[in-house]
Amino acid sequence: MRCDQCHERDAVVHLTQIAEERVVTVHLCERCAAEKGVESSASLGKTPVGTFLASMGKGIDFANALPGVTPTGACPTCHATLSDFRESGRLGCAECYRTFEGSLRDLLRRLHGSSRHLGKRYAPPGDEPPSSQTSTDQLREQLRLAVQAENFELAAELRDRLRVAGGAA
Amino acid sequence: MIDLSLLPDGGMAWLDASGPSSHLVLSTRIRLARNLQARPFSPRATLADREAILADVQGAARETVSLRQALTFRLDQMAREDRLLLHERHLVSRELAGLGEPPTVRPAAALVLGQRVGAMLNEEDHLRLQGLCSGFDLEAVYEQVEAADGELGQRLPFAFHPEFGYLTSCPTNVGTGLRASVLIHLPGLVLTKEISKVLQGLAQVGLTFRGLYGEGSEVVGNFFQLSNQTTLGKSERELLDHLGKMVRQVIEYEEQARQVLLRDVPTIIEDKVWRAYGLLRHARTLSFDETMNLLSGVRLGAGLGLIDRVGLYGLNKLLVHTQPAHLAAVAGVEPDDPDLSVRRARYVRELLEDEAGRRG
Repeated sequence: MRCDQCHERDAVVHLTQIAEERVVTVHLCERCAAEKGVESSASLGKTPVGTFLASMGKGIDFANALPGVTPTGACPTCHATLSDFRESGRLGCAECYRTFEGSLRDLLRRLHGSSRHLGKRYAPPGDEPPSSQTSTDQLREQLRLAVQAENFELAAELRDRLRVAGGAA
Repeated sequence: MIDLSLLPDGGMAWLDASGPSSHLVLSTRIRLARNLQARPFSPRATLADREAILADVQGAARETVSLRQALTFRLDQMAREDRLLLHERHLVSRELAGLGEPPTVRPAAALVLGQRVGAMLNEEDHLRLQGLCSGFDLEAVYEQVEAADGELGQRLPFAFHPEFGYLTSCPTNVGTGLRASVLIHLPGLVLTKEISKVLQGLAQVGLTFRGLYGEGSEVVGNFFQLSNQTTLGKSERELLDHLGKMVRQVIEYEEQARQVLLRDVPTIIEDKVWRAYGLLRHARTLSFDETMNLLSGVRLGAGLGLIDRVGLYGLNKLLVHTQPAHLAAVAGVEPDDPDLSVRRARYVRELLEDEAGRRG
């Protein structure tokens, strides 16, 4: 089967997309697929974590680049380091997320397409759960500040959250 | 030996084939991963941490409506065949049951099992709340799990980050901590060779698939577990809506594939279904994989109305009771007993005979 794009090489990637509830299949050769940023089916099945973990930490000066990191680059609570994380793929404790926040934010964006939780908001025991009115007001205020700071990525996410909360215009 | 009558519904209400789309969808499952704020995540937790987590969750569970009457099974104090039994009932993961490599049960690994929801404790995360129902019903299951999560969260401080959401040991589960999966039978798509296209399509829209027993398991009997890949950046409702929409689409493709088979190769399909039934009804030895594949053929026949000598509930029962630990428990032998394939064939014969007799 010839590539749908160049009509020269053999198609090796068969891309099936679901668009507007219809299935469309595109047959591409390796080169055209790469140009379109499509991964081959073999690489689709692999977990992206390993690759991202492998690239994490390269060129990072742990002691200075990440806030809250002790000189040894360890989490102050459980003493796990980024290299422990690279090896096991598991964080040591909740505090690790704060300790390695910068690196993790980048990783989470690549894994999930976003680093911002849009689901259920949680208040631990003893804390008053945020009323929906208050949290909507807070979101609006954060949105205003994000637009002012021209942080449009954050603004778009906040707008989505407002929409979910039913507060968007 | 564990007394299965202690389990609510024997832990198998999910197999009664009463839920929506039961002819295609066996069960719907949702799990929420949660961790206690003050304790190290499971891989770094000490023995004392793990025992404390178990005690804390049990204490909190007793104060809730959802898990007040829950039973606790300590996997670390159970024999291997009992752990395998719980795993075969889809109540605990392979990892919690200590059936992976190396085959060791982690200290204080436990299952807390209520009527509608359960929780795996000291698995990869401190707490994995799960709900399960027969057929395809994401809404109903989420409602149950969410209620239990709310009740426990008011009593136990969960690890939560304002930007990243619920924190988990592995970053692939962070955010909502929600993994919803639908166990679906897709022989039509497999026979028409459309399945890989459909699965690739699902990967393109952020969904993934696994085998009959979830993570790390192989596809047997044309059963696929379809689930969401990502857990962050979308609300729980959005994740469930997306999965639900795609599963409905897959159900439609499967129905279409079955109609194509009936239209284009009716004799071949009918022959396949009845051969599978004949083998199950008369064979004297049956391996587990062979049984699953033959059951898949008969299930397809039942769905297409080609065979009426056995109902969906009977087929679901066969699916569970022909598994090694279940057969072994009844016979009082080890799950790797060499005669198990003979016992399996006998069990299948007797059940099918009984069903055929009752259905005239």
